[in-house]
Amino acid sequence: MFAEYSLPELGSIFVMQGFAGLILFSVFLLMALGLAIIFGQMGVINMAHGEFMILGAYVTYFTSQFFLNYIPALFSIYFFLAMGLAFLASGALGMFIEWAMIRHLYKRPLDTLLATWGLSLILQQLYRSFFGPREVGVELPEWMMGSIPVTDMVEVQINGLFVMGLTMAITIAVAFLMYKSRWGKQVRAVVQNRVMAGAVGINTEKVDRYTFALGCGIAGVAGSAFTMIGSTGPTSGQLYIVDTFLVVVFGGAASLLGTIASAFTISQAQSTMEFFLSGSMAKVLTLLGVVGILMLRPQGLFTLKVRR
Amino acid sequence: MNPPATPGVISDQMAPDFLLAVEGLTVSFDGFKAVNDLSFYVDEREIRVIVGPNGAGKTTVLDLICGKTRATSGSIKFRNRELTKMNEAKIVQAGIGRKFQTPSIYDDLTVFENLEISYPKGRSVFGALAFKRDAAVTERVQEVAEMIFLQDRLHERAEFLSHGQKQWLEIGMLLIQDPDLLMLDEPVAGMSVSERVKTAELLNKIIANRSIIVIEHDMKFVEDIAHRVTVLHQGKVLSEGSMDHVKHDPKVVEVYLGH
Amino acid sequence: MKNTAFLNRSELIAVAILAVLILVVLPMSLDGFRLNLVGKYLTYAFVALGLVMCWGFGGILSLGQGIFFGLGGYCMAMFLKLEASSVENTKIQSTPGIPDFMDWNQITSLPWFWEPFKSLPATMLLVVGVPVLLAFILGFAMFTRRVGGTYFAIITQAIAAILTILIIGQQGYTGGINGITDLRTLNGWDIRTDDAKFILYFVSAGLLFACILIAYFVKHSKLGRILVAMRDKEDRVRFSGYNVSNFKIFVFCLAAAFAGIGGAMFTLQVGFMSPSFVGIVPSIEMVIYAAVGGRLSILGAIYGTLLVNWAKTAFSESFPELWLLGLGGLFIAVVLAFPNGLAGIYTSYAEPFIRKLMNKKPDILPGGNIPQGSPAE
Repeated sequence: MFAEYSLPELGSIFVMQGFAGLILFSVFLLMALGLAIIFGQMGVINMAHGEFMILGAYVTYFTSQFFLNYIPALFSIYFFLAMGLAFLASGALGMFIEWAMIRHLYKRPLDTLLATWGLSLILQQLYRSFFGPREVGVELPEWMMGSIPVTDMVEVQINGLFVMGLTMAITIAVAFLMYKSRWGKQVRAVVQNRVMAGAVGINTEKVDRYTFALGCGIAGVAGSAFTMIGSTGPTSGQLYIVDTFLVVVFGGAASLLGTIASAFTISQAQSTMEFFLSGSMAKVLTLLGVVGILMLRPQGLFTLKVRR
Repeated sequence: MNPPATPGVISDQMAPDFLLAVEGLTVSFDGFKAVNDLSFYVDEREIRVIVGPNGAGKTTVLDLICGKTRATSGSIKFRNRELTKMNEAKIVQAGIGRKFQTPSIYDDLTVFENLEISYPKGRSVFGALAFKRDAAVTERVQEVAEMIFLQDRLHERAEFLSHGQKQWLEIGMLLIQDPDLLMLDEPVAGMSVSERVKTAELLNKIIANRSIIVIEHDMKFVEDIAHRVTVLHQGKVLSEGSMDHVKHDPKVVEVYLGH
Repeated sequence: MKNTAFLNRSELIAVAILAVLILVVLPMSLDGFRLNLVGKYLTYAFVALGLVMCWGFGGILSLGQGIFFGLGGYCMAMFLKLEASSVENTKIQSTPGIPDFMDWNQITSLPWFWEPFKSLPATMLLVVGVPVLLAFILGFAMFTRRVGGTYFAIITQAIAAILTILIIGQQGYTGGINGITDLRTLNGWDIRTDDAKFILYFVSAGLLFACILIAYFVKHSKLGRILVAMRDKEDRVRFSGYNVSNFKIFVFCLAAAFAGIGGAMFTLQVGFMSPSFVGIVPSIEMVIYAAVGGRLSILGAIYGTLLVNWAKTAFSESFPELWLLGLGGLFIAVVLAFPNGLAGIYTSYAEPFIRKLMNKKPDILPGGNIPQGSPAE
C-alpha cells in the first residue's frame, strides 16, 4: 500500500495524519480528564458524560451568538468567556445530579451506570426539544481561522493548534489540582478510606459533590473546545462515550499519566490507520486492539501491585 | 479449658513428616517485603497459633498458603505437594480450608444452603447442575450444624445470625469439607466470652483428625488452644515454641512492650 | 426438600398464569398486527431472561446482549436470504444466486462464511452456537483474569460498538446499515403471510417457555445457589473449592444462547435483521426490560419486556418526544426507587395482600432467593 507514494509524500502523510491524530487526542483527553476524575477517583460510571460535554458546547454556541448579535466588537475574545460559562453550567448541573441521584448509588456502581444512561437519554431529548435536532456550529473568530504552512506539503490549522494548547493547559491545571492542592489530597483521602477521611474531619459528602461537579465542569470545557473543530448536535456526546471510557480504562483508571498516554496511543493509532484503511475499519481495529490488550492486562497500562 | 494431654510437639525428632512445610517464603508488594524469608513447619494434629503485631504479615501468610496471593519466592509444601503453583480451587481440594478475617458467609442463603454449598460434591459446572440433595448431604449438614451450635437455625437466612454465629457458620462451612489443614483468621473476634469458650471447645474437638493454624490476638484464647505459638514480626519468625516459652522470650517482650 | 424440586407450587401457578396470558388471552384479544408486535416483544424477552440469569443471579452486567441477539438474528437472516436469492430470483444480477447487496457491492462469489447457511440444520445449530462461542471466548478471557463489574460492562459495550461498526462498514458481506432485508421463505414456507406470522408467534412463545423452564431448572439447582453465593462473596466460593470463572462463563453463555434464539425468532417474525438491533443502544435498552421486571425474577423479565415495549409503542405512536424522556426516567426510577422492579413491588405489596385474602401462612423462603423483596414467581 505504500508503493504508490514517494518517500517525502509518505513523510508528509504521517505528519498530517499525526496532526489530525493530535486533534483527536485533544478531544479524547479533554473528555477523558473529566471521566478520569469521576470514574478513576470516585468509581462512578457516568454514561451521561457526553451530554455534559454537549451542554458546554451549546453554552459556547449561544455565547457566540450573543456576542455576534449584541457586542460584535468583542467577538474575537468571546470564546474565553464562553469556556468559563460552559464550565459553570456543566459543573452546576453535575452538582445537582450528584445531589439528586449519584449520592444514593455509591455502593451500587452498576446501577449508577444504568441511572446515568437514563439521564443521558433525558438530556438528549431536552437538547432536541429546546435547541432543535439540527447540528449547530459556531463561527470562529478571525484569528482562529486559516492555517500555518510548515513545509510546502504540510499545513496545520490554527484552531487545531489552539485546541491542543488549551488541552495542555487544562491537563496541567487538573494535575496540579489533584496532586498538589489540599483539595486534591482530600479527594484522594476520601477515595482511599472514606470512613477514616470522615473521621479526621473531611466533609466527605462535600468532597464527593465537588469532585463530581469538577469532572462535569471539565466535560463542559471539553465541549466548549470541541465547538472549535466540529459541530454540535443533541446526540454528539454519545458518539464519544465508549471511546472515552476505553481511554480511561486502558490507561489504568486512577492514573492521570496513564490517561494521557492511552489517549495519545489510541488517537494516533486510529488516525494513522484511517489514511490507509476505511474510517470504520480503522476504528474497529483500534477498538479491537484496545479490548484485546485489556483482556490480557485488565488493570490497564499504569497500575501498581498492591495487596488486595 | 485444658489443652490436650499430648500436644503435638514432636519438634526435634528425626524424620518428622510435616503436614505443612513453609520454607524461605518471600512476597514483596512494590518492593515492600510483607513476608521475608519465612520458614515454619506444622505437624499432624497440631493447633498452631500465629501471633504478632499489626503488619507482621500474619494474614499474608494465610493468603500465600491458600493461593490468594502468589509468593515471590520460596516454597510451601503440603504433604510434600508444592502449593505455590496450584490454583485456589486445587489447593482447597488438596485439603486446605481457610476462614477469612471478617466472617465471609452468603447472607442471602439459609444456614443449610451455606453449608450445602461447601459440601465437597458437585463442584464442577455440570456437577452442580446435576447435584441432588440426598440423605447423605442432609445428614452431613445436620451433623456439622450440631458441631457449630446452629442446629436450630438451619432454615434461617444467614444474614440474621449474630456476629459470633456467623464466625461459627464459616468454620462449619470449612468443616463440612473435612480438610486436613484448617486456617482460621481471628475466629473469635467479636465473640462474647461464653462464645469464645465454646469456640475453644469446638477447636479442641475437631483437632482429632486435622491440624489448625489460627491467627489470634486474644491471649487468653491463645493459651486455651495453642499447642505451639509462632510470633511473626516484620514478615519473619521472631520466636516459636510453647506459649510459656514465647511469653518469656525477651525478643517478644521487646517487640510487644519495648520501643 | 421442597426447594430442590424443578418448580415449587407457587412458581407453577405463576408460569401457568403467564402461559394462559400469552397463549390464550393475547391471541384471542389482539388483531394480527398487534399480535405480531407482541411476538416481536417476546423475542426481546429471551434477552431479558438471559440478563436475569447472568446479571440478577450471577451479578455480571453485560451491556452487550444485543451482540448475541444480533448474531442469532443474522444467522437466521443469512439462511433466509440465501433461500430468497435463488438463481431464478436473482437472474437480473451480474452474478445470479448471491444476495442482492453483494451484487451491488461488486462481489462475485459467495463469501466462505455464508456457506453453512445453505443448510437449515446447520443454521439452527449456529443460531445458538455462534453467540455461545463468542460468549465463551469473551467470558474465558475476562473471567479467568477476574475482570468483572463495571470493567466487564464497559468492555462488552465496546464490543457491541465494534460489531456494529464492522457490520455497517462491511456492506458487501453483511448488507451494511440496511441489514439483510427482503426475506421470503423458510424451506419453501412463506413467512410473510398472516397465517405464518400467527404460527411463528406460537413457536416463539413455546421456545420462550422452554427457556423459562431451563432458567428455573438452573435457578433451583445447586448451580443457582452458587451463582447467588458468588455474587455475595466471590472469594468464599473460590476458597470452598470452586472454579469461580467456569460458573460465570456458563451463565454468560446461557444468556447468550437465550439471546441468540430470541434474535433468530425476531428475524423470522419481523422479516429482516439490521445492525440497529446489535449496538450499544438496543443492548442497554434490553437491560432496562430486565430491570423493570425485576432483575431477580425470571417471570418478571417477561412482564417487564412486554410492559416497556407496550409503553414504547403507545408513546411513540402519539408522543415520540415523550418516549425518550419516559425511558430515561424509567431507568432512573427503577434504579433509585425500585431496584427489584415490578417483582419487588409485587412481593412487598401484592403478595402479602393475596396471602391475607387466602388466609395462608407464608412459605419458608425457597433456596436461592434474594433479600429486599425476593422474586415474585
